[in-house]
Amino acid sequence: MTDLIDLTIHEASASLTQGEFSAEELVLAHIKSIETQRDLNMFITETPEVAIQGARESDLRRSKGMALGCMDGIPVAVKDLFCTKGILTTAGSRILSNFVPTYESTITEKMNNAGAVLLGKSNLDEFAMGSSTTTSFYGSTINPWRSKKRVDLVPGGSSGGSAAAVAAQAAMGALGTDTGGSIRQPASFCGVVGLKPTYGRCSRWGIVAFASSLDQAGPITRSVHDAAIFLSAIAGYDAKDSTSVPVDPLDFEQSLYSGIKGMKFGIPKEYIVENMPAEITKLWEKGITWLEDRGAECMEVSLPHTKYALPAYYIIAPAEASSNLARYDGVRYGIREKGDTLDEMYQLTRAKGFGDEVQRRILVGTYVLSAGYYDAYYVKAQKVRTLIAEDFVKAFKKVEAILTPTTPSAAFCAKEKCNDPISMYLNDVFTVPASLAGLPGISVPGALDYNGLPLGLQLIGKPFEEETLLKAAQALEEGANFGRSTPKGLEV
Amino acid sequence: MSFDRKVVYNVANLARIRVAEENIDNLATELSAIIKWVEQLNEVDTYTVQAMNNVTNSTLPQRNDSVLDGGYPKDVLANAPESVDDYFTVPKVVE
Repeated sequence: MTDLIDLTIHEASASLTQGEFSAEELVLAHIKSIETQRDLNMFITETPEVAIQGARESDLRRSKGMALGCMDGIPVAVKDLFCTKGILTTAGSRILSNFVPTYESTITEKMNNAGAVLLGKSNLDEFAMGSSTTTSFYGSTINPWRSKKRVDLVPGGSSGGSAAAVAAQAAMGALGTDTGGSIRQPASFCGVVGLKPTYGRCSRWGIVAFASSLDQAGPITRSVHDAAIFLSAIAGYDAKDSTSVPVDPLDFEQSLYSGIKGMKFGIPKEYIVENMPAEITKLWEKGITWLEDRGAECMEVSLPHTKYALPAYYIIAPAEASSNLARYDGVRYGIREKGDTLDEMYQLTRAKGFGDEVQRRILVGTYVLSAGYYDAYYVKAQKVRTLIAEDFVKAFKKVEAILTPTTPSAAFCAKEKCNDPISMYLNDVFTVPASLAGLPGISVPGALDYNGLPLGLQLIGKPFEEETLLKAAQALEEGANFGRSTPKGLEV
Repeated sequence: MSFDRKVVYNVANLARIRVAEENIDNLATELSAIIKWVEQLNEVDTYTVQAMNNVTNSTLPQRNDSVLDGGYPKDVLANAPESVDDYFTVPKVVE
């Protein structure tokens, strides 16, 4: 029999229906996988008891003919940014190191209602601010993929624990959040599929907020089909999130295999950046061929304001973060440092509770929002954001989706970039523009580089057209034939 | 505009983060580099462009002004570092 941890959600769900194994067996196999890979530091909190209990309930439902759907009995990881009732939720920060929510986020509640089983809360950059999962108070996560030189590499970030867990077969799928690339970039670095839905598609209620006009939850999975199953379970309007958009929920599996014949794809010329490794350019060209081989048409499009997306993002995101993170003041939750005055208590609590990168972003955000600089920085960035969004609107008059690389490099060594904030920010050069425009994007593993490390391709779609995006991603996945390349395959 | 020691000190005070004396110079260098880097936006002509603050272009939904949920003081206070009865407590504010 195939090892249970080798399966996709789609396959495992079919086998559960057939009674080939129980949800409890499936969950136990994953708990064992987590236990043997603790050196990768993928989880902040493991919840094996919750998982086994959930699996038994799932088996009981199934035995009565009341199974809930494809996610029933599927063991998953959840980024430790989603509030889970009665389970520690830290956001990777010392300031929330004792926070146990008394409520459940809408998305994790939807997952629970779909029968998914929680294996644990996965590691992340502190408050989701980062591209490497090295800024967590709970230590760095290590990428299960190792280069031929066998050095430890970052899994990307901020949803690095989620992506690593899916790649390492420690979870069948995982929830992440994406503000500027935090689902797509780690998915690319870990050789898995990462989907950021349209802004407003999934509820943000109960997710620890970073930059509210950009944050969006989404799935990390081992196949495009699994991404469609997962998204179907979590998408939908929620009255508790005023930016959630009331569109009809969809079954995203429905048109997954209907093909891309005649579909038009855009290749944005501005995404050719300096110093991009030749292998990434080559993969991008291959991606074009894979789409054309399946009857699609690829054409050049222009997104002229692309180079301004990153600087605009690094004004808007820190500004919103500085405002959102004002709530961590040692009064209602989290840690508190003693101070003689109220102000001193705030200052000492926040100095001790926040790490370096979070402090840096709060300071930048506070500066660009402060009197005298608001128009020069914040409003200016919002105007540039309008131009970036308009670039996409124009491009989407000619094409139905856009193909780009996901990242300008493969996974890097933790020591390489961590001392230079700006060089770290440049990692998100291909993912940030779609975030600013609120568009759905998906990273699909494309190939291994000369070092044996995965490289991803990104597809960007029109707002609320995830169905089309997933259909295109399915075609790309077939073309890439990345298959079941897993990190384990390297350790022969 | 670049960050000197005084600007770092003022911004940290606005953000209610106590910055250690020995870190101020280092922070001034880092934050100046970031601000200088984002200033490339000045190359873009935005004179006639509307600022975007909502990507979905929707107006915020309205609902009836009525209580839908609540009445759980124990839940609300469950994570409080310090509380007395049904109240959060803070250091003395009014002399």
